[in-house]
Amino acid sequence: MAAVRMKPCAVSLLLLNLFYGFASPLYFHIGETEKKCFIEEIPDETMIIGNYRTQLYDRQKEEYLPATQGLGMFVEVKDPDDKVILSRQYGSEGRFTFTSHTPGEHQICLHSNSSKFALFAGGMLRVHLDIQVGEHANNYAEIAAKDKLTELQLRVRQLVEQVDQVQKEQNYQRYREERFRQTSESTNQRVLWWSIVQTLILVAIGIWQMRHLKSFFEAKKLDLWRLKHAGGIFIVAAPPCGGPFHPNRSLPPPLDDAQWLLSYVWMF
Amino acid sequence: MMLYSQLISLFLHVAFVWGTELTFELSDNEKQCFYEELEKGVKFDIDYQVIAGGNYDVDCFATDPHNNQLYNERRRQYDSFSNITALKGVYQVCFSNEFSTFTNKIVYLDFRHGGEQPLLPDMTQGTALTQLESSCVAIHEVLKVAAESQTWNRLREAQDRMRAEHLLERVTYWSIGETVLLFVIGLGQVMMLKSFFGEKKGPVAAST
Repeated sequence: MAAVRMKPCAVSLLLLNLFYGFASPLYFHIGETEKKCFIEEIPDETMIIGNYRTQLYDRQKEEYLPATQGLGMFVEVKDPDDKVILSRQYGSEGRFTFTSHTPGEHQICLHSNSSKFALFAGGMLRVHLDIQVGEHANNYAEIAAKDKLTELQLRVRQLVEQVDQVQKEQNYQRYREERFRQTSESTNQRVLWWSIVQTLILVAIGIWQMRHLKSFFEAKKLDLWRLKHAGGIFIVAAPPCGGPFHPNRSLPPPLDDAQWLLSYVWMF
Repeated sequence: MMLYSQLISLFLHVAFVWGTELTFELSDNEKQCFYEELEKGVKFDIDYQVIAGGNYDVDCFATDPHNNQLYNERRRQYDSFSNITALKGVYQVCFSNEFSTFTNKIVYLDFRHGGEQPLLPDMTQGTALTQLESSCVAIHEVLKVAAESQTWNRLREAQDRMRAEHLLERVTYWSIGETVLLFVIGLGQVMMLKSFFGEKKGPVAAST
C-alpha cells in the first residue's frame, strides 16, 4: 500500500533532488591554460562524486553567461600511486564519479579544453565545483525509490552508511599511523648510522692527512738538502742528528714528528 | 491516509547541512579565492587548516557582497569562523600565500552553509517525531560529530606525517652531501698545502 502511494512521490522526489543536488556550490575562477588540482585523502572503497558547471565571462555584457557551447573541461584523477584512474573530457557542465581502490591521497585535476579559443580572449572562466565524498555522495531519494524503503528504513539506512564511513576512516587511520611510524623509525636509524659513519670518516681522513703530509714534508726536506749541497746554501734548519753535514751522505735520516714540524716552521 | 500523513511527518528532520570540503595547493605569491552565493540570514561556517608547506601558515580573509571584511587573519595555521549573513549576495573567502617567496602550501577548506536540508526534499513542518525517529536523529547527530572529529584527526596526522617525511628526506640528502663535502675538503686541504710548498721552494733557495 505504502509502496504504491510512494511511487508518484518518488519520481518527483528524484527530480527535485537532482535539481536540488546542484543548488549553489562554491565557485572559483580559472585561467585559460590553468590547471587546478584538488587533493582528496580518502580510505579505500569510497565513492566520490564531483559536479561542476562552467560559465564564461562575456566582455560585452560584462557578466558571466549561464551556459556556453563548445567549452569543455578535462578531468583527470590520479590515485596515491600516481596512476591515472579517470581521464575524460566533459562538456561545460559535467559530473564525474570514481571509487577509490587504494587508500590515500587522490588528486583531482581540472583544466579547460575549449574548442573555440576565441571565446576566451584572455578572460576568466568561472567554475562551480562540488565534491561529495563517501556517505555524502549517496542519493537517498534514489535509494528510497529503488529499494522501496519507508522513511524510517531510509533513516536507518543513512545511519548504517555513516557508521560504515566511520569504520573505513578508522581502518585508514591505522594504515596511516603505521606509515608514519615507519618513516620515524627510518629517520631514527639513518641519523644514528650517519653519526657513526661521519665520526669514522673524520678520523680516517685526519689520519690519512697527517700521514700524507708527513711523507710530503720528508720528501721536501730531502729536496732542500740536495739543493743546499748542490748550490752551497746554508740552511738554518739542519737536521739535528748530532753531526755536521757530510757531502757524501746519501740521504738525511728520517725525521721524527717534532723535528719535521720544526723544519717546517723554519722553512717559512 | 493515516500512513501517508505519517510518512509525510517522518520526512521532518531527516537532514544534512550543505557543505564543500576542498584541499588545494597554493603556490608561492599566489592568492586563491572561493565565492558562494548565499541568502540573507543563513548561518555559514568556515574551517581551514594548512596541512603542508613552509611554516604552515596562510593569510585568510572573508568579505561580504559589499566588500566589508568579515574576517581577516594573517599567518594562521588553522582557524574556524562562523557568521550569519546580513544580506543576500556573493560572499568571498580568500587565501593568500603572497608573503612566501618559494614555499607552496597545501590548504584544507571546509565551507558549510545553510540550515538543515532534508534527506528527502518533500518536507512539511509540524508533527512531532516518534521515539524511534528521535533516536535516529540523535544517533545521526552524534555520528556527524564523530565524522567531523575524524576529519580533524586525519588533517593533523597528515600534517605530522608530511613533516616527518620531509625530515627524512632532508636527513638523507644532508648525509650524502656531507660525505661528499668531507672528502672534498680532506683532499682539498692537502692539495692546497702542497701547492703552497711548491711556490715557496723558489724564494727559499734564492735568499741568503
